[in-house]
Amino acid sequence: MAAKVTFDRDRCKGCELCVSACPRHIVAIDESGTNRKGYHPATVTNMELCTGCASCARICPDSIITVYREVN
Amino acid sequence: MMKTVYQKSKGLTDAELHYCPGCTHGIIHKLVAESLEELGLIGTSVGIAPVGCSVFAYNYFACDMQEAAHGRAPAVATGIKRTHPELTVFTYQGDGDLAAIGTAEIVHAAMRGEKITTVFVNNAIYGMTGGQMAPTTLVGQRATTAPFGRQKEHYGSPIRMCELLSTIDGTAYAERVTVTDVPNIVKAKKAIKKAFTLQQQGAGFTFVEVLSTCPTNWGLSPLKAIDWLKANMIPYFPLGVYADRTEEAR
Amino acid sequence: MAKELWKGNEAIAEAAVKAGCKFFFGYPITPQNEIPEYFSKRLPEVGGCFIQAESEIAAINMVYGAAGAGSRVMTSSSSPGISLKQEGITYIACAELPAVIVNMMRGGPGLGNIAPSQADYYQATRGGGNGDYRTVVLAPATIQEATDLVQEAFDIADMYRIPVVVLADGMIGQMMEAIEWRTPKKRELPKKSWATDGTNGVRPHNIINSLFIDAGDCTVQNRKLAKKYQLIEQNELRYEITGEAEPEIVFAAYGTTSRIARAACMRLKERGIKASLFRPITLWPYPSEALKAEAMKPSVKAVITVEMSMGQMVDDVRIALQGAKPVFFVGTGGGTIPVPQEIEEEAMRILGR
Repeated sequence: MAAKVTFDRDRCKGCELCVSACPRHIVAIDESGTNRKGYHPATVTNMELCTGCASCARICPDSIITVYREVN
Repeated sequence: MMKTVYQKSKGLTDAELHYCPGCTHGIIHKLVAESLEELGLIGTSVGIAPVGCSVFAYNYFACDMQEAAHGRAPAVATGIKRTHPELTVFTYQGDGDLAAIGTAEIVHAAMRGEKITTVFVNNAIYGMTGGQMAPTTLVGQRATTAPFGRQKEHYGSPIRMCELLSTIDGTAYAERVTVTDVPNIVKAKKAIKKAFTLQQQGAGFTFVEVLSTCPTNWGLSPLKAIDWLKANMIPYFPLGVYADRTEEAR
Repeated sequence: MAKELWKGNEAIAEAAVKAGCKFFFGYPITPQNEIPEYFSKRLPEVGGCFIQAESEIAAINMVYGAAGAGSRVMTSSSSPGISLKQEGITYIACAELPAVIVNMMRGGPGLGNIAPSQADYYQATRGGGNGDYRTVVLAPATIQEATDLVQEAFDIADMYRIPVVVLADGMIGQMMEAIEWRTPKKRELPKKSWATDGTNGVRPHNIINSLFIDAGDCTVQNRKLAKKYQLIEQNELRYEITGEAEPEIVFAAYGTTSRIARAACMRLKERGIKASLFRPITLWPYPSEALKAEAMKPSVKAVITVEMSMGQMVDDVRIALQGAKPVFFVGTGGGTIPVPQEIEEEAMRILGR
């Protein structure tokens, strides 16, 4: 895994801006559950494909996404 | 080893934003915060929050903050900057605040060439009060006080603040940007950072207008609101630099 | 120190400079124009800043910003301009910022005229803007007193974090009198740790604010303000009593009209009538107890309030006396000035002589 993203699940408002911004189409809304705020939060479906481009994090209005990348 | 390449800016406090899902105010907050952080200005900045949806901005920015009366943020900023020229002073204002009730204050702050930065969030509607018509509401756009859509013969055409302020000599820099997608977000941040940098250098009034969405009062999903902004607002409020009276530009 | 001849408005501006006020934001309006004019020349000499704003509204909000950033700051205006400043004053009161506001009252209502008046008494002492708040109101009767009070106004403002109004009129602003420069009694003033002058990374951010969206929080703020106002009522009451010790008539008058009432006292004395003058120096807090004590003297038959208004302070006189003694009013609105004779005649009429 070259990169990963983490979501502060309970602060997500499920707005889907991150879903639209991901060039790898691996961010999706988790409709299986709701968070503390009552929203279906965003999640990553296949972290292996994440490149750590941070597009999802840059567009997130609530600044709940942190991005990590592998460095040598 | 995993290294953090992107995280929430230290220019923001830990407070949760009260904005509606997908409201792009949050993105604009972040760009201001990141700019202050990257320029090392958090500890020497004072922000002024407006009245409107971003009224609580004083809770969100980690720098010192003042909450102003409706439209008066540029006057409040003037009071701070003139007594503390060493501080970086910015106002964060919406379209009702800046382009309706606060028109005199913003025009005269620009005229005096106040060394402040204004981030103007234009979402073509009054958000906080429930979707009333703004001076920037588009012709034909519906609002709770324009139920049949803004009628040009009744209210005239929306005001273009970037263009208006760019005619004033005291405006050192005026640019209109948007935050509808990552490339535009990167451009918007560059503009905000440039405005703060110019303020640091003692240039005059610096102004960044950001076209923003209001999914709730537009009655659209966050993604559809972005599409609406692109299709309707950008043609009327074209993006770009409207004034650059800096040495570099000459 | 030698006496100097000063025009009221200019003396007030210089007094502010002597009190360490380096910042002034204002807008032209007669009869107070010499104040901004004086500052525009004087403040650059002391490393300060004068701005002629685009409106009174902008000026008071510049005061809000500067005060919030911890600076000693002042604005001045006259009646219609003070009306425009009310928005800023209520925000300053709620956000608990220290500031000094001079009102050189003129005839009203509306655009009125530029002649001396005292018709903004209600506005000054009842808050003027929206919400439950008070401003300290100081009413000088001479230019000497104006220079003393303006200096002290800054200390009172800093001590309680409250806007202080210096309430005078076109007469005080425009006339010249001999004064000597005096410094107010030194007060221990609190540090402005709340000011928005940059966190410098060593403290959490400061917020200057008057929004309390939760009603419970807003109630807490209102109670806090009320407690502060009680403290000011205890500590800052000021008044002066002159004239006969056992008067039949007590005049109540402030500022310019107190000088006219004093002349009436002297004329009455010549006719064998004993009169005293109760002159409140603080209009808020109002020295009710002291007035009552004077009025309750057994010799007193009536209290006559004298104002350049159609009767405003007379309400506070009635509140103070609670019907214990008869209260009469002599006054004139719209910029005319009462003469001692009419006050004297009213006293004679009331006494039935």
